Amino acid sequence: MDAEILARIQFAFTIAFHYIFPPLSIGLGVILVIMEGTYLKTKNPIYERMTKFWVKVFALTFAVGVASGIVMEFEFGTNWATYSRYVGDVFGSALAAEGIFAFFLESGFLAILVFGWDKVSPKMHFFSTIMVSFGSMFSAVWIVVANSWQQTPAGYHIVGEGMAARAEITDFWAMVFNPSSVDRLSHTLSGAWLAGAFLVISISAWYLLKGRHIDFAKRSMKIGLSLAIFASLFQLFTGHSSAVGVSENQPAKLAAFEAQYETESNAPLYLFGWVDDDNQEVRFGIALPGMLSYLIAGDTEHVVTGLNEFKKEDRPPVNVVFQLYHLMVAIGFGLIGISLLGAFFWWRGKLFETKWLLWAFVFAVLGPQIANQVGWFAAEIGRQPWIVYNLLRTSDALSQAVSSGQIIFSLILFIVIYSLLFVLFIYLLNEKIKHGPEDPDSLDSEYKSQEPLVGKV
Amino acid sequence: MEFTFDLNTIWFILIGVLLAGYAILDGFDLGVGALHLFVKGDTNRRIMLNSIGPVWDGNEVWLVTGGGALFAAFPDVYATVFSGFYNAMMLLLAVLIFRATAIEFRSKQASTKWRESWDRAFSISSIFIAFLMGVALGNIVTGVPVGADKEFAGTFLGLLNPYAIMVGITTVALFMMHGSIYAVMKTEGELQSKLRSWVNNTIIFFTISYVGTTMTTLVYYPHMAEPFKQNPALYVVALLNMLAVANIPREIHHGRDFRAFLSSCASIVALLALFAIGLFPNLVLSNPNPEYSLTIYNAASSQKTLETMLIIAIIGIPFVLAYTISIYWVFRGKVKLNKMSY
Repeated sequence: MDAEILARIQFAFTIAFHYIFPPLSIGLGVILVIMEGTYLKTKNPIYERMTKFWVKVFALTFAVGVASGIVMEFEFGTNWATYSRYVGDVFGSALAAEGIFAFFLESGFLAILVFGWDKVSPKMHFFSTIMVSFGSMFSAVWIVVANSWQQTPAGYHIVGEGMAARAEITDFWAMVFNPSSVDRLSHTLSGAWLAGAFLVISISAWYLLKGRHIDFAKRSMKIGLSLAIFASLFQLFTGHSSAVGVSENQPAKLAAFEAQYETESNAPLYLFGWVDDDNQEVRFGIALPGMLSYLIAGDTEHVVTGLNEFKKEDRPPVNVVFQLYHLMVAIGFGLIGISLLGAFFWWRGKLFETKWLLWAFVFAVLGPQIANQVGWFAAEIGRQPWIVYNLLRTSDALSQAVSSGQIIFSLILFIVIYSLLFVLFIYLLNEKIKHGPEDPDSLDSEYKSQEPLVGKV
Repeated sequence: MEFTFDLNTIWFILIGVLLAGYAILDGFDLGVGALHLFVKGDTNRRIMLNSIGPVWDGNEVWLVTGGGALFAAFPDVYATVFSGFYNAMMLLLAVLIFRATAIEFRSKQASTKWRESWDRAFSISSIFIAFLMGVALGNIVTGVPVGADKEFAGTFLGLLNPYAIMVGITTVALFMMHGSIYAVMKTEGELQSKLRSWVNNTIIFFTISYVGTTMTTLVYYPHMAEPFKQNPALYVVALLNMLAVANIPREIHHGRDFRAFLSSCASIVALLALFAIGLFPNLVLSNPNPEYSLTIYNAASSQKTLETMLIIAIIGIPFVLAYTISIYWVFRGKVKLNKMSY
């Protein structure tokens, strides 16, 4: 295999593995803020037990996220040196801002969140929880900004020619608020909230089915489900607005999402199908006529740009992108459905007795994980053959100094290490779930003091 | 080379500051890791591990941010060095992951076998990381083959030259010294007296390897001493470095552990300053074609980006210092194991 495909496989593998964890941290972070805030307000010790338990789960996901995240920081340089030279001027400032503003915030306050129960006042501890949650979302801001710039470059000009060409920033804020940043950030964040919410829902449902830690599980489930209802519906808006943005800024990608070959009005929206790229048609599919035009512009007569407007070498692989995108959308609707079902049974007072729904919740944890992964794959493969849309081709972005043999070596290294890490993660998560929250009788409050110590650090 | 205080120079210094912050902070936790296997008994090892428990993660962020800053300020250096040192970088990343995993997972199971294995992973990876960092610095001193296209043209084995290995060993020794002093500050009783007796050994280990490396540098890589000859005032840095190292055993002897630690920090900063002065204005020295060297000018981002980032840094750094200082303040004092500990 050539170096390009190997480097792409390695990047895809390392980023996909990494991306299991930060969304969990972001989602669980929000849940922790709600739980600890409720504890401080109600002083009901059950919420302290809940916070403590979920902090342990949070710390585990965070640890693996950090360990796999360091790789990402350096992989641009090791495998994509030409890309790094090309975008360093633009992309670098976002990465540096991420380090300075977000990572220090997260890692600093994480120490207090996990180890500082008896070192600071309850209010200070709660403040740290908020800062960790805020920091985890703030790091998403910068990395999504950088990625969005690759999708929809703005605020730059090109200097130099040939291999020496590079993008230089002309307007920092235009770069930060490039046309897709806000849509993609809100879409990413609500995907992350769903990941955290459904982890909580899944584990709580398991306890309810097994008849263990009932009070703990019911209260955790309510908080998780509330976040899931909000985030799954919010995802509908961010998803819609992202797709409209893609139709304006990256028409080739949108055309691939929907296998739209001809430029036409009244463009159909496929619910599913199999794309035959050679004959430019969708087989075994069901389509809603005019729906794609309608969703993009609110008008079935709207003209949608088709793939045939683009040269063959400028198109992404259509069927892969089509399938990934449709899987993401399907799961997104599935998550809305299951969240609303939960809301309905909650309203009827039967949420905790409806066994089939609880079983569905146990497995629903996979939903956001799969949707987050395939959504990113669709976004990134849909941008191909460009690494920076319309500016730099992926095939031109590789490291000149790295051979395919070296990449095979590192790829095997990562596969071995990450498999080990994943097994460990699942094993320890399972241990934590089996152990459950601390027994209420054995748990002396570990907070430094139960009296409010305002202003005392 | 004329010294002009422009944006490029400021970023040379700022990246130096980030690296120094990293070396001071992660330096002691790598050092604690390097000494870990010498400490016997599960409780003692847990105390060692928990002395760095709440902070090692934040310390590593200095490396991540340093990498980000290098990418942003000098993208050609980021690209050339990381792609050129590919195999070494991959090994470094692998051991960084191993170490993080070992710290997190070591105490999660009670089995002796489980803990012994992770202890070994933690300690060996700590030593290996320090060593690889030193090897990288050593290669920056000797220079590496760089072509006219700014691409690395050497080999992996070429990076493992005797001089780079010497710098690697010196770095391990330096961090062991630094880590042993930190561990003395965080422990008490029998473990502390044992650690205290090790401080002198690590100082001797460091001094021997440091003197050896310095002699070799002066004989084989005289370009590192050139700026000092041109501007003798710079010898003050070398003098400060020696004083700082010499002060450590004195403070330890008088039981002033924190001052010994500060002295050790000062010696790390002075060492990096000596290195930076010798290197300036180069970032990657090209050997054998010095005209292809990557400098703070030909490898830099645009003035606009350097300026934007300077604003980001000026806004961000006070916050970073505030968190760092408060975290160390919150976790000051001797290590006490509790339910939340590693």
